[in-house]
Amino acid sequence: MVEQVAQMVVHGEAWTMKDLFVLPNEYVYWSIQIVLYPYMTGLVAGAFVLSSLYHVFGVEKLKEIARFALVFSFALLPTAMMPLMLHLQQPLRGIHVMMTPHFTSAISAFGIVFMTYACIVGAEIWFVYRKFIVESIERLGSKAKRSAIESLLLPIYKLISLGARDISPEAIHADHKATKILAGIGIPVACFLHGYAGFIFGSVKANALWMTPLMPVIFIMSAVVSGIALCIISYAIFMELRKWAARRGKNWLLPDALVHGEMTVSEKQLREVQEHEVTMTSKYLLMFMVLAITLELLDIIFRGYTAVKSWDILRDVIYEHDFVKIFVLQYGIGNALPFLMLLIPGITTRRACLACIFVLFGVLMMRWNVVIGGQAFSLTFKGFMHYTLPIIPHDIETFKEGLGGCLLVGSAPFVIFYFINMIFPAFYSEEEEAH
Amino acid sequence: MKRRDFMKNALVFVSGASISASALEFIDPKKVLADNPDLRWAFLVDTHKCVGCGFCVKACKTENDIPMGANVTRTWVERYVTKKDGKTVSDSPKGALNGFTNKKIDQNHSGMLEVPDEDIAQAFFVPKLCNHCEIPACVQVCPVGATYSTKDGVVLVDRKWCIGCGYCIMGCPYGVRFFHPTEHVADKCTFCYHRISKGGNTACAQACPFEARRIGNLRDPNDPVAKAVLNQRVGILRDEYGTKPQVYYLGLNKEVH
Ligand code: SF4
Ligand code: SF4
Repeated sequence: MVEQVAQMVVHGEAWTMKDLFVLPNEYVYWSIQIVLYPYMTGLVAGAFVLSSLYHVFGVEKLKEIARFALVFSFALLPTAMMPLMLHLQQPLRGIHVMMTPHFTSAISAFGIVFMTYACIVGAEIWFVYRKFIVESIERLGSKAKRSAIESLLLPIYKLISLGARDISPEAIHADHKATKILAGIGIPVACFLHGYAGFIFGSVKANALWMTPLMPVIFIMSAVVSGIALCIISYAIFMELRKWAARRGKNWLLPDALVHGEMTVSEKQLREVQEHEVTMTSKYLLMFMVLAITLELLDIIFRGYTAVKSWDILRDVIYEHDFVKIFVLQYGIGNALPFLMLLIPGITTRRACLACIFVLFGVLMMRWNVVIGGQAFSLTFKGFMHYTLPIIPHDIETFKEGLGGCLLVGSAPFVIFYFINMIFPAFYSEEEEAH
Repeated sequence: MKRRDFMKNALVFVSGASISASALEFIDPKKVLADNPDLRWAFLVDTHKCVGCGFCVKACKTENDIPMGANVTRTWVERYVTKKDGKTVSDSPKGALNGFTNKKIDQNHSGMLEVPDEDIAQAFFVPKLCNHCEIPACVQVCPVGATYSTKDGVVLVDRKWCIGCGYCIMGCPYGVRFFHPTEHVADKCTFCYHRISKGGNTACAQACPFEARRIGNLRDPNDPVAKAVLNQRVGILRDEYGTKPQVYYLGLNKEVH
């Protein structure tokens, strides 16, 4: 009675391989973009927490990197939305989340939390850069001949100054105070934004691997870790680039210098700043790493010890199917190795950066192991699903949810940062301005 | 403003507001369509009667426009074979769209498993479908409210509002949901709501030659399904998730969940 019918590939089928007893509708529905989504929000939150260490707790030593982290966090912000949009089956309807939020759902509050957070970051940048904005308006305005970019930027500055052009000492003092308050509010909101990404997974009771109240906390810790690591690497790399570009006079690599010509500083100064900031920051990274690893191990130990019904299949997934991904890639290369590298005394920028690359990789693997690992076993507890990342796209779906979409999301923050850097130079310091 | 004026204005405002609120209430479509305390749809599956022919799966796909060639289905049939050593193997090739025509057990990537007849202690079939849970996990997690419960106990998806996030697919403990291959929204069994609300039967129950599937009204004491749920030993699937499923099974075995 078997009829010949045209086969049709359904969503998820292209990258899912089923083994043993798996229900007919089960596929890896949440694929790479959902791995990237908490990863990107984590980076945003982490970068912001780093910048707040200076603004709120007055860790003076982090001054330079704090400013950079703030601007970078702003550049990362829009890209945290990208994975969601690339993942939706109906991307044009994404706005429905704002129109009819259904508050029993963990995703529904995303719009609100995200917008609140964006406003805080935006406002903080505004206060930090207000003096600079006003000065730029004056400087650019008084110029007789403006380049194309300069004449484009002048109205932008005028607009974002919002007419507040008072830079008397009292006004500046008020700015500092506002910055501090905003950074203070920002920390819990950043943690909330990310803890809430963890809640999206932790609250799925149907998924044996995801359902744990620890999930939000684990996510926050690893978010801070990844955010700090990314800031260290980017900071160091951008500094190198700037040194190189300053030497060669390649101004297009210095978006801020393009506009604010006099901002390029001497190479020696750059080097000092960089060494100092990077090694300082890695100390904080180490601290958060300890917390993150402790929590993750606690989770696994707890599951093994309580060994409820689902443990049989989880054990298979954790110790057999995903062993390499979890213990070698995530804990080994992603945690233990950089941990040692940061711990050995006499840390250099180069070593710190290498360690940070491992840390970033480790956190990405952690997201992968949670999101993909959570779908690696069937609801029947008697079958498995294997996921393969589509490398070469053969339709829009395998592009969006494949390597292509991945690279798109990964590169977006740097493109955005390049342009934002023109308006808010992330590497500018106030002392420099003073003389 | 004088005190009296204030009172007057307040009165006008309050009455105006309440009028509009009651007007809204009046046109609440959910109420108009389905506010019926005498109706609670439920489903009864008699696993003793199922022979695994898969007619229900075919009928459902035809009735509800789920492409035959797509490997997703609103309802499916599982086969359980318990061996004399106590181990159970199960499968559901293509959701049993073409029925179980092969003795070998489909283990997907691990190939076809042959169980010799003399090793088999018992074998049976279990049809599955959306449980139209009383506390549906899928409704809870939908960020836009596109998945909703009707007053008469059916869980539906609004195809025009679903954003296709897949959260409900992840949230359902029974794996009944999937993305519709051409509509690109979440999809699942509706108890054939378009038919039952006009007095008809579900396509699967109608297609079943052995009456292994029945839809009924729990609030009607004379309804055969309601009677069976009340008087016989019925089971439900995965009650540990607290979703209160409304598909009842006669002859549920411990292997099935
Ligand atoms: S079985 Fe799944 S899809 Fe159906 S109502 Fe329950 S939770 Fe929702
Ligand atoms: S896929 Fe559609 S119905 Fe399901 S949770 Fe998302 S928006 Fe709601």
